Amino acid sequence: MEFIRATYINFMGVRKAAYVVSLVLVALSLGSVALRGLNYGVDFAGGTLLQFRFSREVATEEIRGVLGSMNLEKSIIQRFSPTEVVIRTPKLSQEDQKRILSLLKEKFGSAELVRVEDVGPAVGADLRRMGIVALLVAIGGILVYVAFRFEFRPAVTSVLALAHDGLTVIGVVSLLQKEFTIPILAAVLTILGYSINDSIVVMDRIRENLVGRKKGEELEDIVNRSVSETLSRTINTSLTTALPVLALYFFGGKMLQDFALAILVGLVVGTYSSIFVVSALWVDWEKRSPRRR
Amino acid sequence: MRRRLLPWRLLVVLGLIALSVLVVFPVRGRIRLGLDLRGGSHILLECVDTPEAPVDEDAVRRVVEIIRNRIDQLGVAEPVIARQGERRVLVQLPGVTDPQRAVEIIGKTALLEFKDERGETVLTGAHLKNAQVQFDRLGRPVVAISFDSEGAKLFAQATTANVGKPLGIYLDGKLISNPVVQEPILGGEAQITGRFTLEEAQNLAILLRAGALPVKVEVIENRSVEPTLGRDSVNAGLRAAVIGVILVLAFMVLYYGSFGLLADLALLCFILFFFAIFIGLRATLTLPGIAGFVLTVGMAVDANVLIFERIKEEYRSGKTWRASIDAGFQKAFRTILDANITTLIAAVLLFSLGSGPIKGFGVTLSLGILCSMFTGVWVSRVFVDLFADRLKMRV
Repeated sequence: MEFIRATYINFMGVRKAAYVVSLVLVALSLGSVALRGLNYGVDFAGGTLLQFRFSREVATEEIRGVLGSMNLEKSIIQRFSPTEVVIRTPKLSQEDQKRILSLLKEKFGSAELVRVEDVGPAVGADLRRMGIVALLVAIGGILVYVAFRFEFRPAVTSVLALAHDGLTVIGVVSLLQKEFTIPILAAVLTILGYSINDSIVVMDRIRENLVGRKKGEELEDIVNRSVSETLSRTINTSLTTALPVLALYFFGGKMLQDFALAILVGLVVGTYSSIFVVSALWVDWEKRSPRRR
Repeated sequence: MRRRLLPWRLLVVLGLIALSVLVVFPVRGRIRLGLDLRGGSHILLECVDTPEAPVDEDAVRRVVEIIRNRIDQLGVAEPVIARQGERRVLVQLPGVTDPQRAVEIIGKTALLEFKDERGETVLTGAHLKNAQVQFDRLGRPVVAISFDSEGAKLFAQATTANVGKPLGIYLDGKLISNPVVQEPILGGEAQITGRFTLEEAQNLAILLRAGALPVKVEVIENRSVEPTLGRDSVNAGLRAAVIGVILVLAFMVLYYGSFGLLADLALLCFILFFFAIFIGLRATLTLPGIAGFVLTVGMAVDANVLIFERIKEEYRSGKTWRASIDAGFQKAFRTILDANITTLIAAVLLFSLGSGPIKGFGVTLSLGILCSMFTGVWVSRVFVDLFADRLKMRV
């Protein structure tokens, strides 16, 4: 079986279109984060999440009725499974948590508290701060490593594409209003570390091909040749990583589903940007202000 | 040179496999599960200042001690009670089925006060010697308390002075019982009858025995998972991992033929070594940790993809199989190293994201990356060299 033959594909010919696509992705992501915002989970926002298990199927409206008697009817109520419900409220005291449980027991005969996530505002703020620092340090660290390893320009375009990948993942999470939790942040960090791999493969090949540059061969030709030659590994490495993540999405249970989705989005965007954006940006940079080699 | 050493390299691989099998099997009970998988409570407390009781070093130390006392009486196996920073105390209680009760017992100040009619405190729980659940004549649970010698003296004075009048019993400022003193009690023993349920009486007895906290504490983080929910997570994660591994194994064989089969062998070694090291390090597996492992399964074969694609190219350029294999491994190595280092940078940063389960993701991701570099490059090379003459790959 072989999908991709090492043929010559004119990737650089469509680079204007790729720029437009990427700019739209970034604009949509930034716009969504600015307008719709991030739906922070209790990890970052603080608050209380309670998961209850009942002996029969329970509708969320029935739960809302019960919470209404405590003026909590505006809480987020989600079905976890037919007999399990997740409730998210602002931070509740121990007494209030206890009262909800006893009210639910009263109404439905039996109710069991199976999960609590209760985070105070100070802890949430700490985590938000640490999360932002972790993201910045990750990008900075990767930039330093890649710059030290390559030359400056490919490092910059790779990391630009990387920021674009991470931003798109965050944008999709915001657009779908998925909860932004610690695992989602972990997914973004992982994508930052992983999605640069394909760019490294491509840039390595460009450097190799520059050495054996034929007379009269344009920069675009070299890049096209390099991206084409490495296309099958760019796609296959992403594919082999995507396969188990797909398994995680479909079979890994509800708690890991959003995490898997974020990784999948990151893999797709990361592969796209490694093929269409990273080397294209580099080509335009070199053409605008060529450096002597 | 490399080929002359082949028997020894094979021996190393087989030895590692044997060692790992010994470490990993039987799997049951060998892998430490996090609280999110085995069930339990992770509770972070913070000591807060009040006008009456500002927090100082000594107070925090006593809080840790008293909480340890209370938890010992709850009968939790392998609890963790650790001070974090200046004012925080981390409590981890594996296997707890009733997180609300645990929080209630840990976070309560439990200051017991006896107040006379004018509301003046005549005696506090500081003078308690013991507290036990008993049952009154009607079979209702009560808490029997006994005072130390000074407490007995004070209690005798208070009851003598208040015959015929109520003597209120307060817990953390809340009236729990308001008995009328019938006669002076001189023996230093008393009963608290507060219309308790059995569990409430038991909780109160534990709190009184362990003593009151010297300062107010607040629960600033509580993550609790009931054990059956944790088990569901383990099963779902396991299912996803098995399916994920099968998908990757199948893809490699379909795409790379007999080379793919060797990559699959290396992947199986990866899984075995991974868990051997994981168990050896006494690391804790959490739900995000499972996700991290599943992810590294996919990343582990990336090295093989890079190497095999390179071998194909070298072969197409007219080299012999042997020469192509040598060149493929050699030229792909630098790329593999770089790619893994950048992912490792991100993985290490995950450690900074709190003490919760996500740390487990950082652990499995980092370990997976390091382990896969070894299996993807070195172990694969042994297998490839072993079968080099009989291998076929469409190029």
